[in-house]
Amino acid sequence: MSRYKTMRILSEIRRPARIEHLRELVAFVDKCAKTHGIDSERCLKIGLATEEILVNIFDYAYQGSEGDVRVRCGADQRGWFAAEFEDTGIPFDMLASDEPDTTADISERRIGGLGIHLVRKLMDEVTYRRERDANILTIIVRS
Amino acid sequence: MGLSTGKEMELSTRNESDAMVVSVKGKVDTVTAAEFEKYLTTQIEQHSDKNMLIVNLKELYYISSAGLRAILGATKKLKEKHGDVILAELQDTVREVFEIAGFHSFLKIFETEQSALEQI
Repeated sequence: MSRYKTMRILSEIRRPARIEHLRELVAFVDKCAKTHGIDSERCLKIGLATEEILVNIFDYAYQGSEGDVRVRCGADQRGWFAAEFEDTGIPFDMLASDEPDTTADISERRIGGLGIHLVRKLMDEVTYRRERDANILTIIVRS
Repeated sequence: MGLSTGKEMELSTRNESDAMVVSVKGKVDTVTAAEFEKYLTTQIEQHSDKNMLIVNLKELYYISSAGLRAILGATKKLKEKHGDVILAELQDTVREVFEIAGFHSFLKIFETEQSALEQI
C-alpha cells in the first residue's frame, strides 16, 4: 500500500481557490505544523511552500472558472508532517514543469517556475498524483 | 510574528549621498508584493539622480517568489541605468530563499548596511 493511503489526516479545510483565502489557508497549515512539533524556522518554510503551491492552484487550476481547494494536514506512516493540496481543475503536475535556470544572467532571468523550485528545495519530499478528477500535491517534512 | 504596528509590511526610504536605502520590514508575500514592487519603482523614478539601491532586509522575516519578482524588476531597471541593487542584513531563512533562487549570482549581499554603503 502506498504511503498516501496511510497518511493520517488530522485536520482539513476547504475554500474557494481564490487569493483572498491565501492567508487563512497558510495560517491553517502553519497551525497544523506547530501542533505537530515542527520548529518555527521550518514552519516558516512550510508556510512559504504552502503559499507557492496555493498561488499556483489559484492561477492555473480552474482556467477562468471557479473551484475549491482542499488542504489536509497530518502525518505520514513514518510520523513525518504531511500536508496535501487538492484541486479538481485541469490535470496538472506542477512538479513536471522545467526547473528554472537559477544560474542565468539577469537579462535572461524569468520568475516563472521559481515558486515550485522553492517548494522542491525547502521541503523534504514533494509528490504529485492524479486521483479520480483531482490533482493532489503532497509536501512532507521530517519530524 | 507580525509587526508591532499590526501591519504585514512596512516600507521606508532614506537617502544617502550615493544611494537610496529602502528598508522593508515584516512579510513580502503574494498579497503585499504588488505594493512592494510599486514602492521600489516609485523610489527609482523619484530619485532619478541615483542608480544604486540598497535594500535593508534586517527586519524582513519572509519573502516568497512574488517578492523576488519585485527585487528582480528593480534590479533590471537600475542595471539599465548602469546601477545596481545591493541587499543587506538578511535573516537566515530569507538569505536561503535568495540563494535557492540563485539571486546571489547577480546581486551583491552584505552583512551590514554600512559595509554595503562603503563599497559603492
